[in-house]
Order: sequence, then structure tokens, then C-alpha cells
Amino acid sequence: MKILVGIKRVIDYNVRVQINRDGTDVVKEGVKMSINPFDEIAVEQALRLREAGVAEEVVVVSIGPGAAQQQLRTALAMGADRATLVETEAEVQPLAAARALLKLVESEDPGMVLLGKQAIDDDANQVGQMLAAMWDKPQATFISGLEVSGDTARAVREVDAGLETIQVSLPAVITVDLRLNEPRFVKMPDIMKAKRKPLETIGLDSLGIEMPPQLENLGCQPPPARTGGTKVDSVADLVAALKDKGVL
Amino acid sequence: MARVLLLAEHDGNTLSVSTARSLRCAADLGDVDVAVFGDNTETVAGMAAALEGAGRVLRIDRPENARPVAAIIAPQLAELAADYDVVLAPSSTYGKDILPRTAATLGVPQISDIMEIVDSRTFRRPVYAGNVITTVRVPEGCTIVGTVRIASFAAAGERASPAPVESVVLDTDVPSHTTWVGLEASGGDRPDLQSASRVVAGGRGLGSEENFEMIFRLADRLGAAVGASRAAVDAGYVPNDMQVGQTGKIIAPDLYIAVGISGAIQHMTGIKDAGVIVAINRDAEAPIFEAADIGLVGDLFQLLPELEKALEG
Repeated sequence: MKILVGIKRVIDYNVRVQINRDGTDVVKEGVKMSINPFDEIAVEQALRLREAGVAEEVVVVSIGPGAAQQQLRTALAMGADRATLVETEAEVQPLAAARALLKLVESEDPGMVLLGKQAIDDDANQVGQMLAAMWDKPQATFISGLEVSGDTARAVREVDAGLETIQVSLPAVITVDLRLNEPRFVKMPDIMKAKRKPLETIGLDSLGIEMPPQLENLGCQPPPARTGGTKVDSVADLVAALKDKGVL
Repeated sequence: MARVLLLAEHDGNTLSVSTARSLRCAADLGDVDVAVFGDNTETVAGMAAALEGAGRVLRIDRPENARPVAAIIAPQLAELAADYDVVLAPSSTYGKDILPRTAATLGVPQISDIMEIVDSRTFRRPVYAGNVITTVRVPEGCTIVGTVRIASFAAAGERASPAPVESVVLDTDVPSHTTWVGLEASGGDRPDLQSASRVVAGGRGLGSEENFEMIFRLADRLGAAVGASRAAVDAGYVPNDMQVGQTGKIIAPDLYIAVGISGAIQHMTGIKDAGVIVAINRDAEAPIFEAADIGLVGDLFQLLPELEKALEG
């Protein structure tokens, strides 16, 4: 089985994001960029499935600017076999990303598509579900456990009510949650080796997809601040303050 | 008035509070029909019909709808959507699973986590873990499809007399490639973390799984649900479905008591909309105090038993 993994280049998880001066977007220049952490977990899961003999090949793909080659190289250094960048400088919202992925899925014919459940920049949580709909295949979203046997997969999903288990036939789209695994660290020799692995770049325009309507961005603002209140000195004062606020 | 379709969330017996909260948002956009998918939705449809803002309740009963499988519900929702200007669902794991699948079928973008309505096509939503709020407009000609950030809206009240309930028969083809196997529910007899009006949460300051019992005891005293910081979950004190924060649950209880939690941004994102936030922490400089309405600095191992005792009386 071939596994296709989608990764997105995003502002690193440790960066404190700043809104730009005209309030149109966040500052992206001179800021550390990384693989979306959820997508990194998807890459790790694909590699584990290959190491367990379930998959033979792991292909990583990204849709984004030319610089996203860096993130694809990182995924190759983790152990992916080859990479494809669908290059565009334009903003690609989830529906457009899903249409682009569908094109790649149609040509690669994978047995499984692994994606992060959401990207930590737009926090949309849509691409996997949209791809599954258009591909007309099952989806298992927000998973924290995965077992593959033959042409079915059993997935444990992190839902609000607890842990839900579903079984899907393959091929399927699977989106991963934080606790599925801990991605491996990349070692220096692997980085060197990754430089020789195949990385293909194709223009988004050349995929021949119909660009869908996108949401119009009207600007950014900081969240409403929550100002701290008072400190109390004792448990008795705390209980009194709670009664005063009418929550006890 | 715009015609609005709201996807109701339920477990077969009870309507989720996420439905009542989303309804408050939906009713501000137009006349709302609430769609209830299940195999026997009489009870939950009745609950939906009792909510203020529900114009009609649509029951879509068929055996395949017995479980919340996105690949089965999404195409039916897409078929119903043809008659509506707006399609909404709660931004719970239920809504997040289903709605993008419907949006893709309709060929329109989705707004995730609507926290504020600016005008009939313009909405505010959080990005970057809630550290930035963005304003987006849905292009003309597109059905507006969005999930509603539950914590941003109060629950709809009760109607004087119930809304009409109608059964809808859809002959949408649904796939058989997905089988629902089971649900391991969390929490036991305690209130559900997502919808509880009081929550007591513990962090790394508790130090061990055994000490975390103190949090459960205080919660039981208050009739509260129990939550935890990511640090406490990662340290193995409690299971991960109790995690509150950007990568866990985003909640809005009337009272939130954070014990031994430092208040990382990740965590604060999950409790921003709580009514009263109480922080109990040894470190007076902990960031949690910047957002807490009431702070108490001290050793939790001394303060918690004291608090438990004070609440007895």
C-alpha cells in the first residue's frame, strides 16, 4: 500500500504571532516556519505503518510557496520516500487544498491519505473531511489510535464524549490528533540522505482544478483581553468572593 | 429573512447543549429549522422543539442514522441544504466531523468556529489558537456554511409552546464503508466537561495521579466536572479526554477553578469565555493570575482541604 501524507508549512508552534501594522494579516516575514505539528504526527504514523510492513511507500505532499520545500525535506529526512510540492504563492483555503489533493490522489492512487486534523495557523479543521467527500471515501477524523488489517482500518477517535471506535474500508482519509504518536527526531545523516530523495515541484495552475470560491479576509484583530481581578488572602475570603459573585 | 438549517447534536436520548448554544447564533441569521438525524429521534426532536428560536424541527429517521457517522449524515445534510441560505452545526467534534464534508459536496467554503456575527455574510472567528481574531465574508452566491463556536453563545431559552416537528424522508444514497464500533465514555457520573456549569481543573502542581484525587473530591463537593491542563495529562495523572485548552476542550462554565495550573496560552485559550475564573497556585507570578478573577496564592495541599471543609458548612 502507498500512503499519501499532506503537510502544511506554518508559523512554528513556539512563535508568538503578531498582527501586522495594517491589520490585514499576521507577520510572517523573518518568523520561524515548520511543518504543522498535526501533520508531523501524520508523517510519523505513515512511517510506522511502513516499518510495520503495512505500507511500502510514503509520499509527502504540500501545497504552498516554494519555500515549503524545506518542510518537505524535513519529512523526507524523517523517512518519507519522495515528495511533491504543489507550488503557489496565492492563499489556498481548505476547499481549494482539498481539490488539489484530490488531483494528486487520483494520480497516485494511495491506499490511505493521512493528514493532521487541523493546521495551527487557520485552525480550520476541514481539508481531510472535504477530500474524503469529493473522493467519495470513508473518513476517520481526530484519531488517537489506528490498526490496519488487510483492507480495513480500525480507528479510535477523540470525540467530546470520550473515545469512539470506527472501522473503515480502505482507501480512506485519516486525520490525526495530537496523542496518536510522538514524531521522531531527525538525525544529521538523515538530513544529508534526504537531499538526494526525489522532490517534484508542480504549479497549482497546471493541476487543472477549478478554483472554488474562497472566504474574503477583511482583517485581523487581537482577541478581547481578559483582565485579572483581585487576589484574596485566605480560603474564607475566596468563598466569600465566590458567594459575592453569585457562583456559589 | 434568510432560511437557516441547524444540525442538532444528540446522543439518542438527550439533546446536547451545543445545539441550544448554536441555535442562539442561528436565530440571529434568520428563520431556523433544526435537523435531527437518528433512528428514532422522537425524544430529542421534542427537546429541540422546546427551544426558543427553533421555527421547525425536522426528523430524519432511518436505521443508518443511528450512529453519528459523518460519511452517512453529511450527504443527507447536503441534500436538505438545497432549500436553505445558511447551514450551521455546533463546532463540537460531531459538527467538525460532518459539516466540512457537506460544504465540499455543496462546493462552498466553510467558516469554522463562528464566534460573532458581523452582518448576514460576515463573521469573526479565532485563528492561531485564539491569539488572533479574523473577520471573513462569504462570497455572494454561496450558501453560508459554518460551525458555531459553542463557548461564544449562551444557550437558547425555552419556548412558550413547542415548535412543529415534521418527519422528512430522504432517499439519499448513503455509503456502507464505515462501521461504528463503540464509544468509551469518559467522566462516569460527573457532569460532562463540555457542558458543565462548574469545572474544577488540576495541573502539574498536583504532582501525582494519587494527589489528583483531591481535584475529584472538590469537584464532587461542588457538583462540578473535572478538567486538567495538558501538563497534567502528559504527566499521566488523568486521561487525555479531560484536557482543557486549545488542543483539548474549549469550555465556558460559569465557574472555573484552576488548581496548580500555571496558565500557558494553550490552556487559557480553552477557558477564555468562562464566567468566573479562580486560580489557586503557589507561584504568585504564574500567568494564570493575569486572567483569573479571583486568585489565591499558596500551597494547594493546604488550601484544597481547607476549601473542601469550608464548602461543607
